[in-house]
Amino acid sequence: MFQTVALSGSRGERQLFSEISVTVKPGTLLAVVGANGSGKTSFLRMLCGLLSPDKGAILWQGTDIRQLKELYRAQLTYVGHLNGIKDELTPVENLTISACLDGDESSGGAARKALEAVGLGGPVHRLPTRVLSQGQKRRVALARLWLSTRPLWLLDEPFNSLDSAAISFLTQHLQSHLSRGGMVVVATHQEIALPPDSVQHLRLTR
Amino acid sequence: MSQPSMSEALRGIVQRDLQLAMRHRSDVAMSIFFVVIVASLFPLGVGPESAVLRMIASGVLWVTALLACLLSLGRLFTADFLDGVLEQMLLIPQPLSILVVGKVFAHWVISGLPVVLLSPLLGLQFGLSGESLWVLTLSLLLGTPTLSMIGAIGAALTLGLRGSGLLVALLVLPLFIPVLIFGAGSVTSSLAGIGSEANLSLLGACFLFSLVFAPWATAVALRIALE
Amino acid sequence: MSINWFKYSSPQAFHPLAGRVIPWFSVAALVLICVGLYIGFFVAPTDFQQGDAYRIIFVHVPAAWMSMFLYVIMAIWAALGLGLNARPSFMMAQAIAPTGAMFTFLALLTGSMWGKPTWGAWWVWDARLTSELILLFQYIGIILLRASIDDLRRADRASAVLALVGVVNVPIIYFSVQWWNTLHQGASISMTASPKMAMTMLTAMLIMTLGFWMYSIAVTLARMRCVILERERQPSWGKNTSIQEVAEAR
Repeated sequence: MFQTVALSGSRGERQLFSEISVTVKPGTLLAVVGANGSGKTSFLRMLCGLLSPDKGAILWQGTDIRQLKELYRAQLTYVGHLNGIKDELTPVENLTISACLDGDESSGGAARKALEAVGLGGPVHRLPTRVLSQGQKRRVALARLWLSTRPLWLLDEPFNSLDSAAISFLTQHLQSHLSRGGMVVVATHQEIALPPDSVQHLRLTR
Repeated sequence: MSQPSMSEALRGIVQRDLQLAMRHRSDVAMSIFFVVIVASLFPLGVGPESAVLRMIASGVLWVTALLACLLSLGRLFTADFLDGVLEQMLLIPQPLSILVVGKVFAHWVISGLPVVLLSPLLGLQFGLSGESLWVLTLSLLLGTPTLSMIGAIGAALTLGLRGSGLLVALLVLPLFIPVLIFGAGSVTSSLAGIGSEANLSLLGACFLFSLVFAPWATAVALRIALE
Repeated sequence: MSINWFKYSSPQAFHPLAGRVIPWFSVAALVLICVGLYIGFFVAPTDFQQGDAYRIIFVHVPAAWMSMFLYVIMAIWAALGLGLNARPSFMMAQAIAPTGAMFTFLALLTGSMWGKPTWGAWWVWDARLTSELILLFQYIGIILLRASIDDLRRADRASAVLALVGVVNVPIIYFSVQWWNTLHQGASISMTASPKMAMTMLTAMLIMTLGFWMYSIAVTLARMRCVILERERQPSWGKNTSIQEVAEAR
């Protein structure tokens, strides 16, 4: 169970949001919406522990994440704006290394299956990621989610650059993650095609 | 919930960087060529008398190795910072300072180790021989990883800033000076017949001290830079 | 009657307090420095070896001491800032750095002025002078790092980390440069052999040091006020204070 208590944040000298208290129960998705510049990315980064809030706390199973430190980081998978993949390596190599660093199954076979699940077929697997399109690179970045066994997923505008096929792959995968009791926090502009009772919205305004 | 063990995480970090270096083999070559060219500048500037060259050898070769380290620091974190890989590294559930040791080790293997392996040849060019050649290599073997670890602090503090190349030099050179003094001093004292043990022990102490403190300072600086 | 010191840690309260207190420190500084210089330049006996040229040490030695003290104090404020996550501490460190750099430069300049008539050279690679030079580089590094970072929070914290790394380096530098000096015997003329201290000379140096302390406090407080005004342009302290209001609050 995951919650924020009276979270306030600012970026530089700009106050972004204040007194945000929200709870995310297992099996639910929190969609963070708001205009550009409203602080969605900063909010997500605070949930990751990359950014410190001005005030307030973030609790995982009732404990402040600042006390949990590494124990909390082992619970989450974050896919941010940047893909977090190396252009010089192939998609398979990228995935096996990030799975190894996540402590997940890091065999080549598992990586290939994940890539296929996200719509990237065999011929692409052995090319350096550099030659792929933006949308394909985004799919490689998101393929981590098919290997991840962590309960909390923090995704920053994951649907950017994706075509409708990839969007539906991802939405289905989010659905199966939720049905296994996982939690997702997504910053997005789009409506997510999931059953409304498993989705709550958080609107960030200045 | 899954967590890599510390050795798995370290291995992953080192393996990735070494794999990347294999795709960019020119990086390794660049370090080597830089050191060779710069070391050759000094006889051209100072004159080829062997007595003079022997006297300046320790200082010249050490400063050259130091400059090579300095120039390679830009490659330590910047690429990872730009493509989001560094951000992911901060989220690995292992102490960041350990992961930094992995990054710096891989970086040293690519940019520092070739200089160490090349140093006997350069020493010969400057008229060093016998024991002093051996001392030069050993001092660089201890010194170059120390310089990389200390340099990582500067690289992390200046991550993503404009003009960071010059700025990192300014920040890090005062921190390099003790290593330079003990390193070059070991070769000088060997040439003078005094014996290099004292300088080498001090160099070893610098290495251990930086191994304990520099990765931690670098980790703090990385978190500050990625906020 | 107890004074609530924490009240003054908020910039709004600090600004007027500093404003009231600065003139006293400035006057004290002026008086002490004048007295110190008078004793040093006129009262202290002429050194039979170095003549009257040695008198520059009455500026050189206190300046060198101040450069060291201020670095350590700046590092303490940096540590407090990082530990307590307190902006005022970072602001103090920011305010101290330029004064510390100035004293380091003054020590180098006066050291050079001493060297010329005494040893015939404008610069000698003396252990102490070389260490002062490296200290100046460290100060400049901190100031330039802060200047290169636009985001205020990152600038504060990065320069604080650098100050702390540097403070660890300072004793190492002193030791290694001394070591280097003894290794290369005869390569440098030692300036550390200072003339035997007559009581008046010591008194003059201590008075000068005290005067420099007063000056440093006055200047640091004045700079703090500027830093506060600069930062108060945005209401990041949670209050919408205009520059006008802060400047008027006497």
